[in-house]
Amino acid sequence: MRFELTPRTNASTMMRVFASVAAFITAFLIAGFVIWLMGRSPIAAFDVYVLQPLSDPWSLQELIVKATPMALIAIGLSYCFRANLWNIGAEGQYVIGAVLGSWIALKTHGMDAGFWVLPLMLLLGIIGGALWGLIPAFLKTRFGVNEILTSLMLVYVAQLTLDYLVRGPWRDPKGFNFPQSVTFDPAATLPPILEAGRVHYGAVFAAIAVLVTAVILGRTLFGYRLKLTGDAPRAARFAGFSSKATTLAVFAISGGLAGLAGISEVSGQIGQLQPSISPGYGFTAITVAFLGRLNPIGILVASLVVALTFIGGESAQIMLKLPLDLTQAFQGILLMCVLAADAMVSYRIRLAARGGGQ
Amino acid sequence: MFSGKVFGALAGATVLALSASGAVAQPKEKVKVGFIYVGPVGDHGWSYQHDQGRQAIEKAFPGKVTTTFVESVPEADSERAIEQLARTGHDLIFTTSFGFMEPTLKVAKKYPNIKFEHATGFKRAPNLSTYAAKFHEGRYIIGQIAGKMTKSNTIGYVGAFPIPEVIAGINAFYLGAQSVNPNVKIKIVFANTWYDPAKEGDAAKALLDQGVDMLAQHTDSPAPIQAAEQRGKFGFGQASDMERFAPKAQLTAIVDNWSDYYVARTKAVLDGTWKSEDTWGGINAHMVVMSPYKNMPDDVKKLAQDTEAAIKSGQLNPFKCPIVGQDGKEIECKGQGALSDEQVLGMNFYVKGIEDKIPQ
Repeated sequence: MRFELTPRTNASTMMRVFASVAAFITAFLIAGFVIWLMGRSPIAAFDVYVLQPLSDPWSLQELIVKATPMALIAIGLSYCFRANLWNIGAEGQYVIGAVLGSWIALKTHGMDAGFWVLPLMLLLGIIGGALWGLIPAFLKTRFGVNEILTSLMLVYVAQLTLDYLVRGPWRDPKGFNFPQSVTFDPAATLPPILEAGRVHYGAVFAAIAVLVTAVILGRTLFGYRLKLTGDAPRAARFAGFSSKATTLAVFAISGGLAGLAGISEVSGQIGQLQPSISPGYGFTAITVAFLGRLNPIGILVASLVVALTFIGGESAQIMLKLPLDLTQAFQGILLMCVLAADAMVSYRIRLAARGGGQ
Repeated sequence: MFSGKVFGALAGATVLALSASGAVAQPKEKVKVGFIYVGPVGDHGWSYQHDQGRQAIEKAFPGKVTTTFVESVPEADSERAIEQLARTGHDLIFTTSFGFMEPTLKVAKKYPNIKFEHATGFKRAPNLSTYAAKFHEGRYIIGQIAGKMTKSNTIGYVGAFPIPEVIAGINAFYLGAQSVNPNVKIKIVFANTWYDPAKEGDAAKALLDQGVDMLAQHTDSPAPIQAAEQRGKFGFGQASDMERFAPKAQLTAIVDNWSDYYVARTKAVLDGTWKSEDTWGGINAHMVVMSPYKNMPDDVKKLAQDTEAAIKSGQLNPFKCPIVGQDGKEIECKGQGALSDEQVLGMNFYVKGIEDKIPQ
């Protein structure tokens, strides 16, 4: 006895939206059951995880802060994933973007430099991330090296480069030998949108990235080319689309956005370079991209949902004394439910009778 | 993970040392105490010991305190977690890793009526204290034990990161060993992590393969001492008593004891006497505790106990002058008969006899 998946040709948008909602409800039911098994009230947990963060201005602001880097990176990744190219190394592109952008901040430290510092930092952040992303793209197009491996490996190279810099040449001379750079000058700090708030301009960049991507994917030839390269590579070749050019382009876009996320986070949030500048945003963004089904608006929503699970998870630790592991388990449950729902919409599942070897 | 664990009294330009207390303090009937941990509470090392301290508060003031913790908080994203505690009615908040320094300072400025305590940092404010422990005192003692017990004359050290606290620990350990065995050699491996049992275990095995028979560690999991146990060698527990992980191998453990400090600080908030301070306590202050000396001959045990008593009474300072650097030159003695606190807290040189280079 085995299952057979046959593609559905008539999956409607309505069905897909309905499946998403069903997936969320299922995930909450499973998590609620686990919480009930732990002897806690699932209703209180739902309140702390979901309702409270969404009904309080402070939490809403924190939600945006947390979602910003994930949304930026995931939007970039959606270009790669749409073209069936697997950039797993956004974390490294984020780090190198942050490093290259911060270089300007450190060079101009204490110089009372002008308004140009911040734009240059952001630009270098994008360039740094894009160049780091182009390495696996180049290795793939030139030598046919698997991009999953190279992009992932380059994460460690990037992290160790940052580590070397903050322990060595970029170490704050007044920091008692601790591995961290000086704190950035105001000229090198991405300002908050509202004074005294925590939401910085990175959130605006993320919103712009979402809108521009929606236009590119829906209304341009390039967007069509990505879709075709991903869905029907042979057809794309016959249509005269160069798969090499596509590979290089999507990795550059993806890396550039990850780099922008990196420099925005360091400049707007952390305020200095230190050995760890990301709690794994580059990897979480992969989840975000798929939760959002590679659709820009979907990714925006997904990044907020994932941010909610983090913030709700902290509240649950504080208010209900629920362990952190539960938050991580819930993120996994949610992704599995969404992917399962997606599969059930895209494919008809049949129980096939046991057959001979085919 | 966290990039450093120690810090203390420093008159650096960045230090906001203000001794006056912030708002007018008043006694409280009930106190809510929050903790931010960098690792999981179950690490049996750094965060675990802080959590023991949290539990001690609950026991010390039944009915008067409630405690909360948030575990595995990434340093790059800790400001929100700290602020969540501040917003949920906590009166006293401990942030227990060096990397939480800037975020703690930011949140402390925003909530002037809440008391904050940052472990191992050097930035203070009227409502932000700092505290750390002189673990190098314990490392001098285990160095003497290792120097006495080694048969291969080669002792090993698994370090986390080449930061001042770890370097000072290595130097104290080696100076202890040298004081009883002038020919002893040391091999050092940095695991580049505070807590990663697999990496720590690999580092330990690499050292054991090189003929090390005494293994000290400055990483938080029991993996290194377990490796020593498997090979029939000896080791020293880190942060907590690790005897149950290595009953034959553990000679003693340097236990972080935050309980007394946490109870005292909570009491200060209850009494309304809390002030912003810097605390750097050692064996004397009961912040550094040696677990029972075991698996060693009586004369070594006696030596260890005597050294412990001498450090406790202030007779012995592991960094008593003269201290000679690797280049054979004496280090300038800025303290009274010993290196100054600042010199220990910012240490970035190896002492003479260590044939290795600090990775940069």
